[in-house]
This record gives sequence, structure tokens and C-alpha cells, in this order.
Amino acid sequence: MPVNYYIFLALALFCIGVIGVLTRRNAIIIFMCIELMLNAANLLLVAFSKLQTQTSNLATAGSDAQIFVFFIMVVAAAEVSVGLAIIVMMYRNTHSVDVNFLNRLKN
Amino acid sequence: MSVTEILFWFLSVLALGSAIMVVASKSPVHSILFLILTFFAISGHYILLNAQFLAIVNIIVYAGAIMVLFLFVVMLMNLNAESEPPQKNKYLLYGGTIAGASLLLVLVAALKQSATGGGMIETNNGSTGLIENLGKLLFTDYVFPFEISSVLFLSAMIGAVVISKREG
Repeated sequence: MPVNYYIFLALALFCIGVIGVLTRRNAIIIFMCIELMLNAANLLLVAFSKLQTQTSNLATAGSDAQIFVFFIMVVAAAEVSVGLAIIVMMYRNTHSVDVNFLNRLKN
Repeated sequence: MSVTEILFWFLSVLALGSAIMVVASKSPVHSILFLILTFFAISGHYILLNAQFLAIVNIIVYAGAIMVLFLFVVMLMNLNAESEPPQKNKYLLYGGTIAGASLLLVLVAALKQSATGGGMIETNNGSTGLIENLGKLLFTDYVFPFEISSVLFLSAMIGAVVISKREG
């Protein structure tokens, strides 16, 4: 597989995530689109790690990128727990998940 | 056309189609289920790239833990297609779609012109992504970030409890 195919696939997934963030109003779906963008970046990192393994003659070449993807997943898990807590509190205060209710920060 | 090429195209179409359905579907529960399908397709790509450790972690952490948390929150709030906030501003809808498509077009055009992307990836070989190698590396060179991430999880847990306990 040419590495270009993986780049284009990751770019398409990322842009679908961007479109979702820009067009949807449900806070949970916006959050899910951010997860989609994180996963597109992960896919690209793994593809480039594989490319580096083949072009380098070091035994452990390309492992760093996969460790990096692992830590991205760790941070994403922590981020999701805090973000969903914020969305639940927003729902408790406004009885809606519409992000347009948050266009003013007071009250 | 070899088997890995067929699998690559199948997983790519599955990932892109279900990603579009995440954005397009009305009901939040359907969006979450399509996102789980997208994550399974991405895990399939990891297996094709011989990154088995990341494929398993992706399924366990993303499709298993995070998406169940999303599903739990959506069902706690009893959201469905009727309670979905409608996008009243049509110009925002069209503008956002055109902006995202233009971003894709510009990035693809820029990468087509660049000279970097000529490499071929050999699928189904190499031992970089196996649990044996990554586990050794994680507990020797990367043991400090690994321990720091436990502090991150602890602070995220305390933060989530504090945010949701606060009475408005």
C-alpha cells in the first residue's frame, strides 16, 4: 500500500470531523467528532511509524510513534471523562445539550 | 488484487461511510453506534499495519470504555431524534460543509504536489507493533511518562467528581 492512501484516508476522516464540529449543535456529537479527529491523527502516526520501520535499519525504529499513539489514547480517555462531566452539568443547568445556550458566559 | 488490498479498501469505505453517518444521523444513539463501527474499522487498519497492541488498546479503550461512557450519558439524558436541537441557520450548515470540503481539497492538493509521499508500506510484516516490544519499551525508556499518566488519570477522576457534585 502506498503511504499516500493512508494520508488521504486520515485527511478525509479529519475533515469529516471538522464538518461535524462546524455544523452540529448537539454538544455530545461535537465531542464525538473531536474523538474522530484524534483517531485520524492516530492512524496517520501508525502509518508513518510503519514507514520508518522499513526505511531505517535500527531494530526499534518506529516504536516511538506507537508509544505516542498509546499516550494519545490515555489523554483522550482522561479528557472524555472530564468533558462528559461538564456536559452533564450543562444539561442539569439548561435542560438541553444545545451549544447555542452557551453563547453568553454569565447567568 | 491481493487480499490485503481488498481488506484495505473495505475497511476504508467502512470507516469513511460510518464517519459520515456519525455526522449525518439525527439520533445521538445512532451516531455513537456508527462511531463504534468507525473505531472497529480503524482497529482493522492497525491490524493490517501489524500494530496489534494498538489495535487491541483501541478496541478496549475507545470502543469499549469511552463509547460506553458516551452511550451511558446519552441514555441518562434520554436524548433521541425528537430532542435533537435543530440547526436553524441553513447558511451555517452549508458554510460548514463547504469549509470542511475546501480544507480537504486544499490538503489533498498540497500533498499531491509534495515529494514526500512516495513510500510503500508493506502490510502484514514487521515486529514493531507487537506487545513484546512495546511493553519492554514502555517499562524501560518510557516508564516516567507512564507513571505521570497515572497522576493525570487521578486528577481527571477527581475533576470529574468535583464538577458533577457541584450544586448549581
